[in-house]
Amino acid sequence: MTRKPMRWRNGFWTEHNNRRALPVGKEIDIMQHRREFLRHVGEGGVFVALLSAGLLTIPQTWAAENSRAAFDAKTVEDAFRALGATAPALSDAIELTAPTIAENGAVVPIKVASAIPGTQSIALLVEENPYALAMVTTIPEGTEAYVSSRVKMQKTSRVIALVRAGDEFFMATRDVKVTLGGCGG
Amino acid sequence: MGNPMRIRARMSGDVVNVKVLMNHVMETGQRKGADGALVPAHFITKVTAQCNGKTVLEADWGPSISKNPLLGFRFKGAAAGDTLSITWVDSEQDSRTDEVVIG
Repeated sequence: MTRKPMRWRNGFWTEHNNRRALPVGKEIDIMQHRREFLRHVGEGGVFVALLSAGLLTIPQTWAAENSRAAFDAKTVEDAFRALGATAPALSDAIELTAPTIAENGAVVPIKVASAIPGTQSIALLVEENPYALAMVTTIPEGTEAYVSSRVKMQKTSRVIALVRAGDEFFMATRDVKVTLGGCGG
Repeated sequence: MGNPMRIRARMSGDVVNVKVLMNHVMETGQRKGADGALVPAHFITKVTAQCNGKTVLEADWGPSISKNPLLGFRFKGAAAGDTLSITWVDSEQDSRTDEVVIG
């Protein structure tokens, strides 16, 4: 298997197999890539060190400004780890509303309502998408634990709503079938 | 700057029911254009809602959110006549703020 060339773009390593995809004049030299990459690795190392030193606690890492890294996670497991959620329990108190069959994968309406007391955050993940995490919503005091939006789904997949209440994580899942051609399957 | 959002904020009881429709391409960076080249990623990364100087909702988004995104939420602690402001920032550091009077 030959590896596809990778390039650094908008904060992501992106695969590309078409050299013309790089706009003329915007090509970045590989050493810069490497420096950028190493810098990120370095930051990760410092982060891990802080964690192990007990200077940072997991719940803080969920804070909105730090959740950005979780958006680079390709799988649900990696996204959970980046959000600090280890093995969230399935909960009936989370109401995840999603269509059973979505005729258009580009616009899938999703609603999440949590009846768990002290809900602080609601995250939404689409398992089969190239990057699993779709949104992380911070719910301050006084705001209801409810959020609705529309997501893109590349193909038929499980949709996961992850709720954080205090230091605990809960989740609810729904399977959404995405039909191609919009014929309703 | 981007195009204006459409925001609706209505009181129902003591809860403000908000729906925001944003105008944004939400390009994932995965899609190929007509010339076969990848269209660069360009999507909203953060949405913040503020009312009476208090942040009532903060959302971090990835490219999986649909084009022309919709955001619905509900909050307490505001009255009809108060102003709700919504701000988004995208991956190219472009941003836009729109305000609406709660009705």
